[in-house]
Order: sequence, then structure tokens, then C-alpha cells
Amino acid sequence: MSPTQWDLPVELCCRPMAFVTLTGLDVVYNAVHRAVWDAFCANRRADRVPISFKVLPGDHEYPKCRPKRTSYEWYIPKGILKTGWMNKHLNLVPALVVVFYELDWDEPQWKEKQSECATRVEIVRQSLQGRNTKVAVVLIQKKTPLPPGEDVIASERAAALCNACELSGKSLFVLPHTDHLVGYIIRLENAFYEHAQTYYYTEIRRVKSHKEFLNKTTHQLLFVRHQFKIAFFSELKQDTQNALKNYRTAYNLVHELRAHETNILEIKTMAGFINYKICRLCFQHNTPLDAIAQFRKHIDLCKKKIGSAELSFEHAAWMSKQFQAFGDLFDEAIKLGLTAIQTQNPGFYYQQAAYYAQERKQLAKSLCNHEASIMYPNPDPLETQTGVLDFYGQRSWRQGILSFDLSDPEKEKVGVLAIQLKERNVAHSEIIITLLSNAVAQFKKYKCPRMKSHLMVQMGEEYYYAKDYTKALKLLDYVMCDYRSEGWWTLLTSILTTALKCSYLMAQLKDYITYSLELLGRASTLKDDQKSRIEKNLINVLMNESPDPEPDCDIFAVKTAQKLWADRISLAGSNIFTIGVQDFVPFVQCKAKFHAPSFHVDVPVEFDIYLKADCPHPIRFSKLCVSFNNQEYNQFCVIEEASKANEVLENPTQGKMCLVPGKTRKLLFKFVAKTEDVGKKIEITSVDLALGNETGRCVVLNWQGGGGDAASSQEALQAARSFKRRPKLPDNEVHWDSIIIQASTMIISRVPNISVHLRHEPPALTNEMYCLVVTVQSHEKTQIRDVKLTAGLKPGQDANLTQKTHVTLHGTELCDESYPALLTDIPVGDLHPGEQLEKMLYVRCGTVGSRMFLVYVSYLINITAEEKEIVCKCHKDETVTIETVFPFDVAVKFVSTKFEHLERVYADIPFLLMTDLLSASPWALTVVSSELQLAPSMTTVDQLESQVDNVVLQTGESASECFCLRCPSLGNVEGGVATGHYIISWKRTSAMENIPVIRTVITLPHVIVENIPLHVNADLPSFGRVRESLPVKYHLQNKTDFVQDVEISVEPSDAFMFSGLKQIRLRILPGTEQEMLYNFYPLMAGYQQLPSLNINLLRFPNFTNQLLRRFIPTSIFVKPQGRLMDDTSIAAA
Amino acid sequence: MAVCIAVIAKENYPLYIRSTPTENELKFHYMVHTSLDVVDEKISAMGKALVDQRELYLGLLYPTEDYKVYGYVTNSKVKFVMVVDSSNTALRDNEIRSMFRKLHNSYTDVMCNPFYNPGDRIQSSPGGPYFLCPIQSRWALLPVSDPVQVGPTPVSDPVQVSPTPCVRSSPGPLITW
Repeated sequence: MSPTQWDLPVELCCRPMAFVTLTGLDVVYNAVHRAVWDAFCANRRADRVPISFKVLPGDHEYPKCRPKRTSYEWYIPKGILKTGWMNKHLNLVPALVVVFYELDWDEPQWKEKQSECATRVEIVRQSLQGRNTKVAVVLIQKKTPLPPGEDVIASERAAALCNACELSGKSLFVLPHTDHLVGYIIRLENAFYEHAQTYYYTEIRRVKSHKEFLNKTTHQLLFVRHQFKIAFFSELKQDTQNALKNYRTAYNLVHELRAHETNILEIKTMAGFINYKICRLCFQHNTPLDAIAQFRKHIDLCKKKIGSAELSFEHAAWMSKQFQAFGDLFDEAIKLGLTAIQTQNPGFYYQQAAYYAQERKQLAKSLCNHEASIMYPNPDPLETQTGVLDFYGQRSWRQGILSFDLSDPEKEKVGVLAIQLKERNVAHSEIIITLLSNAVAQFKKYKCPRMKSHLMVQMGEEYYYAKDYTKALKLLDYVMCDYRSEGWWTLLTSILTTALKCSYLMAQLKDYITYSLELLGRASTLKDDQKSRIEKNLINVLMNESPDPEPDCDIFAVKTAQKLWADRISLAGSNIFTIGVQDFVPFVQCKAKFHAPSFHVDVPVEFDIYLKADCPHPIRFSKLCVSFNNQEYNQFCVIEEASKANEVLENPTQGKMCLVPGKTRKLLFKFVAKTEDVGKKIEITSVDLALGNETGRCVVLNWQGGGGDAASSQEALQAARSFKRRPKLPDNEVHWDSIIIQASTMIISRVPNISVHLRHEPPALTNEMYCLVVTVQSHEKTQIRDVKLTAGLKPGQDANLTQKTHVTLHGTELCDESYPALLTDIPVGDLHPGEQLEKMLYVRCGTVGSRMFLVYVSYLINITAEEKEIVCKCHKDETVTIETVFPFDVAVKFVSTKFEHLERVYADIPFLLMTDLLSASPWALTVVSSELQLAPSMTTVDQLESQVDNVVLQTGESASECFCLRCPSLGNVEGGVATGHYIISWKRTSAMENIPVIRTVITLPHVIVENIPLHVNADLPSFGRVRESLPVKYHLQNKTDFVQDVEISVEPSDAFMFSGLKQIRLRILPGTEQEMLYNFYPLMAGYQQLPSLNINLLRFPNFTNQLLRRFIPTSIFVKPQGRLMDDTSIAAA
Repeated sequence: MAVCIAVIAKENYPLYIRSTPTENELKFHYMVHTSLDVVDEKISAMGKALVDQRELYLGLLYPTEDYKVYGYVTNSKVKFVMVVDSSNTALRDNEIRSMFRKLHNSYTDVMCNPFYNPGDRIQSSPGGPYFLCPIQSRWALLPVSDPVQVGPTPVSDPVQVSPTPCVRSSPGPLITW
């Protein structure tokens, strides 16, 4: 875009740099000069000093300096700032002029050269007459200079040259043309920079010196001008702090100026300039908050300074520019490292700029609506002699006039008219769209998706005004879904309305239909009259006619559109539009619902399609078809009405193809599922509803799945939450909200009509062949074929159970590991109606615990459903949980021959093994036999015969056996000595003859065998009698390999008198036996303690009497004397 | 008083939105909608920490040239947005806070109504759930049929203006056993 009146001047926006001109360089023909120039200007990096260089011929004419004013008394300024001033000091008036001259110190023709150089300097000085511009001379030399002080000729000649040129020594430089050119150049330009700084310093002083001559009444403008100049020179001097300070003062001064309609533009222009400079410097100083505060202040001060009402669009344009410029500055600062935030980013400024641009457009539209006959004034009042204005912000037809009165109202009128006519040609929309798209880019960056959408809507609308409907539609379509998904229906409706206009004006059929569908829908907040107008248009379009134009459209655009629509009619071609409704909210709602979550294969699958229209008038549809995941069913679910195009309107309220607004229409479909689909899901993949027909235009609304559109899921949620009681409706009507979409159903097999019974006697006993009797009876009306039985452990249980459970059909043999846990598909044959069959199964459970058993019977049957013959596979299963328990508990104990409990047995001494078999089974058990298998270390004392053969045990009964055993001495065995196994052969008493006997092996416990040094046993009668002699013989056996010293004593007892050795000490040889004979004479009757025998082994102090008592009896029963004797004693008494 | 009041559902759709200059309703709708960007950002910045002590008042969301937009979010993530005229300097943070608190109270009243289904658009119509709205110069129950009167005098201290007592006649049919 070419710069407009409102764009800020380039010289204002650039960074001011010291201006230095280089003369005497022939950069075109002289290679050395070219190299020097390149070194100055090529690849200037940021670390080089800020100077702008320019090569000029030595005799260049610089702008003339106006003669110094001696007094300001009669001087009246004509404006604030001249338009040329900034450019003059940036690009025309140098701070320093450098004269390049080729001269070596040993130049033979020194005199001539010296005077030529002096002449050149003089020429430059001439053209700078009156300015403070510095002059410097650079001698380009071929030779490398000697270190300072060594070259005597050089210092002499340098002094002479300075003298000739009237230069100070500081302004004469030598540039040896050697390898290190760039290094020399950098040193040179640093020196130039210092000179330039001095120059600008003096300029600032010069401007400041004017101040004292000014007075507040007539020189108000000059205050601003001088302040601005000081600030600008400070910037050139790179003193940004002072520049900022001075700009701030200047800004305050601008607002102190007396404002009037005639100069308000000038004031605003200058205020804008200075504000721009302040904000720019603030950002440069990294104080963005200061910049924002200044800008806010600026806007607040200037917002109301509209100026002439006829040109109020100028104010809007200016405001827009202010915001845009600030946005640009902000954005630039961000690029240089500033961080912006969501609520404070350049986007807001661009947005506001766009807002003012829109306002400008509005104002221009109302102020510049001149008739076409009004011609642009001639001569052009906006034309000036020079082509530019003298002062910023003044009117071209009254430049420099400070009076607030309009001297020439006619001229003023013409001028205003010219501006207004010019404004008419401005491409406002283009400006607005550019600003909006800038803002969009920013808001995208700062996570403001909704703001972005809003701006895009505005852009779309602006494109609409600019008649670029394609772009408008593209933008609007893009953001529509954001508003739809968040449920802001008012906003969506407004966007849709614009979009509908665009699509109408372009005669975009599909878009037009889509937007119409949604504007008629429940998400639209349009009034009913609008809706019915749209519906009428839609019906027209479907009947291949042109719709009526949308309201508030441009008349010319409508004319074009009408032509386009007419063309569309004549075009024969594809007139079917399929529109997926998932992403919007159309005016027809659809819900599909299977009657049940599953259907048996022998009954027809039924489902309803519910349709509801939200448009104001009834509408007729031409076709409805439902698609399934198995496409074979599609053919059964189509409703079609062969109607002519014009029937869309006729008889609208009748027939099932007609949708009455607000009423729910239910359509029932049914079909028979295929037997292959048993166990599968039937899913509705889409529902297609056609409006209109193929002879005209046809729209197919396509619902994915069982219906529902962009808004329906939220509605369903709300409806589910609601407690509201719905009013009662007639029987055949339903509440739309209460319909829940059910888009899929399962096809399951036919219900079996057979009975399966299981007969058995739980619990099962471990390892037995447990009998399970399966009875299958058919209750079907016809014969059933191919009956198969699957039975056994139900899969999916503990893996260990599978290995410990075995199933067989043959109970006569024990099954082993090779038998499976589940028998599958045992063919059973066919069954006639009412027939019954029985099958026996034997299960062997190796471990206790509960198991689930499955009995599954399947069969085939022929069925007629909906006049179709189908073969159904039916099955029935039964599961049963069977507990397995131990049949009996076996307890084993070791006792001494005295039946005393033994913790250990003694080598070579007989002991008893007692087994105790306690039945735990609830059913009677028959112990067929038992067997004791002794370990080799054990010997038996007598015969090992089973004592429990063919014993029947009821629950809780037990069977015991007793075996007398002896264990020879084995020495010390760790953990005891193995005893052997006890084997029980048993079966259920109730079991049949041919059922095998189960052998249960029980490992007997180990026993600890201990050696004893001395074994004592006693021979005594089983009872005594009072006053009758009782002979007792003790046998003492030495079990060791040593001779044993034994001390024996018998303690007296009150109940006995006795004869024999009372105390004795004797020796027993190894392996031999000693007998001790006593004669006890009982004195009292009853159970009496025998006189206790104490034995003390001198070698074995551990051998105690305690141990001894295990082997010998300690008491005896003494009977009283015979009755005869009693009688005599009584007689004696 | 506020020029626009909005109650926004957790899912960010409007439950209730009302503005005084009814002729430019759309502008306020857009303004409220765009302010949700900032609300979302503020809510996500708050994070899950200290749910109990969370400040519900979100403060100034963003300034525009002519209006100030304030936000408030309840613990159930229902948002209140209030648009105030920038020139109305009488409304300071404290006043805004108390207005929000009152709005929250009336929202709670609406939620307590057994005939209101949470998530439904709030309609301040007679017979339906009443809604206390600070959009007028007075706090009042706002039946939707009433034309909104733009209060000419800004209320200096809204706290002192006692809201019309919330004695509601039972809005629906009485359940009798």
C-alpha cells in the first residue's frame, strides 16, 4: 500500500543516526575509494557506531542556512513543525563533512597538493556557510605510516597542512591503504562519531538559546517546536534519556496549545508524533509499562478531540492509526525480547485500531454519500504549490493561517468536500481486514482462541461488506464450529445469518441449504417469521426454483445473485447433496432405537426411527433409509414415497412421510436376522433422510450411527439429569427427550426348549469316581437333531484344578492323568418331542475344594420366522458346583505295651502302633481292607493281619487297628526312623459293584528310636489278695556292652510287707539278665501302690526311676480276703 | 451498575446472559464469550492447589476502551462475568466483589430450587426460577417479561441496598402426599 495521509512519516519512525557526508571519493571509477566506501557502509553490524554515511561530491550544495533572527519580537510562527525539518537533519544537513584526499607525506609536489587540498576544504566550508557543521580531512596514503614521532617530515607537513586548511590537528586523519583497512575505518568512524556528537550538542545549545526570546502569548507554537527539536537532536546524539525527557515536555506543551476546530488536526498530528517517539523510546529503554501508560494518557486526552463534525472520519482514521502504530511498536519490542501476556499484548491495539477503522468506515459512509453528480472541485483545494504541506497537520487551502476565524467559508466548504470525496475512494474494508488479521495473529500467539474467533467473525463480516463472499464464507465457516461446540446459539445464529447471505449471493447451493437447515433448527434464535421465510426459500430451492433474496443485501449483488440462481436452475447435473449432520444442528432430529438390547434369532429384529422437525411449517421427506454394519439388512429398512416434486407442499400434514413441527414421528422397521449373525452385534451405521427428490433437488441428511447432531449429546445429558415430570401424552406419542438412542443390538441364539437335569450325591470324595447323571429331555414341538453334550470342569477356573480333575464316561476303570478335564461335543443323537435320555459321567477329583462343572447341551432345530425357514442352533447349559472332601481322617499313635503314649520308642523293646480311621464322609463307606507295609527298619512282633476288613463306617464312626512292632537298635538316626505305609482300600457303600475300589495310601510318621542301658520288666500276677503272698520277679537286662554296676533298693510301703533283698549292689554282665525275686504280702485291699523299686546305674546317672516306671507296674489291685474268713472273724467278735 | 451480566456453565455455554442496552446485545455476548479466554487461563493458572482457600473472584479480566470485564468462578466452575462501563468510576473492586457475591447467592438460590435442572438455561420468568440480577439500579427479581430499566443513578454502595427478599412463592405445583 502506498503511504496515506495517516501513515506516520518515515523520518519519524526511523532511528535517528548522526549524518556524516564523505566527499572526494570516486566510488565509481577508483577501486581504492570504492574499497574505502565499502568498508564504511557494507555489513554494518550493531556494534558499529550509529552513523548514516553518504558520499557526495566535494562541491555539493547543502541546504542554505537562513539568516539568524536577531529578535523574535515581531515573529509569528505559522505552524508547529515544518514537514521538511526532520528529513533535513537526517539526510541533508551533515554533522560532519569529511574531505578525502590522496596525499603521501613524501609527495614530491607537496606544495601544489597541499594548496589543492586547502581549496577543497574551502569549497566545502563555503557551501556550509552559517552552519556549525564540522569539517575533517582524511589523507589516503599508499605507505604504511611510521610510528608517531619518528617521521619528522610527516609531523612537519601535517602541521603545515592543518595550517593551510585552517583545521585543528584533531580533524586531520591519515588512512593508509594497506591490509588492515577495516580496522582503520572503524577507528576513523569512531573519531567522526565524536565530532558529530559535538555538533549535535552545539545544535541543542543553539535551540535552547532561542528560548529566552520567546513569550507565552505569541510563541506558543515555538515552545513545542523547540522542545521537539531539542529532543530530536538528542536522539541524533544518541542521548535517548534526554530525548525522552524533552519529548515528554514537548507532549505536555502540545496539549497546552489553544485548540480550535481549525488547528485541532495539527495539534493531534503533532501529539501523535511525539507520543510515538515517547512510546518508542520507552520500549527501547525496556520500560513497556511506561509506554503503555503514556499511550493510555495520549488516547484519553485525544479521544474527544474530534474536530470538525463533517470530517469526523478523519478523527477515527487518526485514532485507528494511533492504535496501529502502538501495536506495531509493541510487536517490534516483543520481537526484540519483550514478553507480553494474554491480557496485554499487541492484539488488543490492533483490535482497537480495527474498531476505529470500522467507525471511520461508518462515518465516511454517512458523511460522504454525495450524489454522483457532485464533481470533485477544480482547482483541487488539496493541491499545494510544492506538492507537500509546509507544516504537519495543516489544511492545504489555508496553510500558515493561525486565525481561528474562517476567512473564506467558501474555500473551506470546497476543501471539506474534496476531502470527503477522497475518503469515498478509500478501501476501508481492506484496512479493517488487515488490522483484524494482525490482531488474529497476536491473539493466536497469546492463547485467546475465543477472541481469535470473534475477530475472524468480524473479518468475515468485513469481507462480506467488501463483497468478497468466498473469503467471508471461508472465515465464517471456520469459526462456526467453535461457537456451536460451546453452545453460544445467539452468536452462532448471527454468524449463520451472514453466512446464509453470502451463500445466497454466490448461489452456493450446498452451503445455502446447510445454513438454512441450521437456521431452521433448534439452535437458531431467529424469530418465527424469519424461520418461515427461510423454510419457504429452502422448499423453493428443493423444487429447483430460486429463493427470495436475503434481507439487507446490496441491491446490485442481489441482481447478480438472481442471475446466478437462474443459471443454477438450467444446469442439469448432480442435484443430490449429502450433508453430514454430525457437525451441526439441523432442523430435523433423528433418533434410532432398537426395541431391545438383544434379539433371539427366531424373532424379527425391531427398531424405531424417531424424527422430529423444529421448523415452523410441516415438511415432507421423500425417503428414509437405514444402513447397518451388515449391509444385507439395508434393503429391508427403506421407506420411499414416489411423489412428484410439487407434492412437497400439498397435503402436508398427512402421511407418515410428513413431519409436523414439534411432533415426534415414529417409524417402525423390522427384519429377520441371519443365523450367521448369532452372537454378533447389529449396528445402525447411518440414517439417511432425503428431502426433496431427484427431479428437483434433493438433500440427504446423513446421521452417523443412531442419530444425534452437534447439540444432542448435551441435551441428552440434561434430559437425563432432569427430574421434571413430563405431561402425559396420548398412547402413540412419546416425549422426544425421553427417547434414548440405542443404535446397536445383539443377536442371540434361540431360547432352548429342553431340560437338563443333573443327579449326583455331593460332596465328592477325594480320588473317588464320582458319578454325575445327566438327564436331557426335549420339550420341543418337533424333532431335534444333532444333540451334543459337553461336560466337565468349567473352563476359566484355576489351572491346577484342570490337572487334578478328570472326566470319563466309563466308571468301571480308574482314570489317570491322561483323561481330560472337559469332554466336548459328545454326540448323543436325535431326540423326539418329549423324549428323554440319560448319560452318566464320572469325575475324579484329586484335590479337595470346590469346582464348577459345566454341562452344555446343543442341538439343531428347524424354525419358521416371518415365513422364513431357518435352522436354529440352540443350547442350554447347566453349571453345578461340587465340593470335594477327604473321605476319612486317619490318626496314628505309638503307645507302649502299657498303652501309655510314647514320644519315642526304645530300641528292641516292643511297642504298639495304633491306627484310627474316622469317617468324614456324609455317605457310608466300606473299608474293603487295610494293609500295613512296614519299612525295612521295623519288624513285627506278631502277624500283620487287617482287623477292619469289610467294615462299614457311617459318618463320624471310626475303625481302629493295633499292631505290635519292634524296632531294632540302629544307632542315632536324625529325624527318626521311617515306619512304613498304611494302605486303605475303600469305596462308597452305595457304589455299584463294578465301580473300582480306591486305594488310599497313608504314610506313617517317623519315630525317634532311643537306646536304653537297662531294661527292667516285671513278672507279677494280675491281682493280689489281702494276706496272701504275692510273688514278684523283676528281670534286669543289661542292654549295653559294658558290665553294669547296679544299686537296687526297695522302699517300704504301708500296704505291703515284703521279703527279698531290700538293698543290694550287683553287677550285670553285658547282654545278660539278672533276676530279682520278691514276695509281697498285701495288707490292705484296693488299688495299692507297690513298694517302689529304685535302680541306680553308676555308669548312667541319667537313667532315672522315672524312666524305669515306664516298663514296670507301679501298683496292683488287691482283693479283700475271702468271705469265709470274714464270717469267722465276725463270729469271733 | 453493570451493563451486562452473564452466568456461564462449567462447559462454557451461557446459562444466563443479559445486558441493559438491549439494542447491542450481540456485542456484549461476544465480549462475554471472549472474556472466557482469560477466565480459562486464570483457572488453569490457579491449578489444583489449595482448593479450599481459592479466591473465587478473578478480578478484572481485560479492559476495553469503553468497558471493563470482571470475572468470578464458583467452586463448581460456573463462571460469572460482569461488564461495567469504563466511565463508571464509582464501582471499585470492593463493590464489584460484593455484586458478585450477591450474584453467587442468587445463583445458589436458583440451584436450590428443586424444579431447576442444573445445566438448564436460567430463565428469570415468572413461574420459572427467579433470578436475582444486579443489572438494574436495584437488586431485584427479574422476570424476563419486565422491560429492563436502566437505572439513572448509580448506587453508591450496593451493599446497603437490601435485595428484595427472596421469599418466593412456590414456583411449581406443590407436591402433596
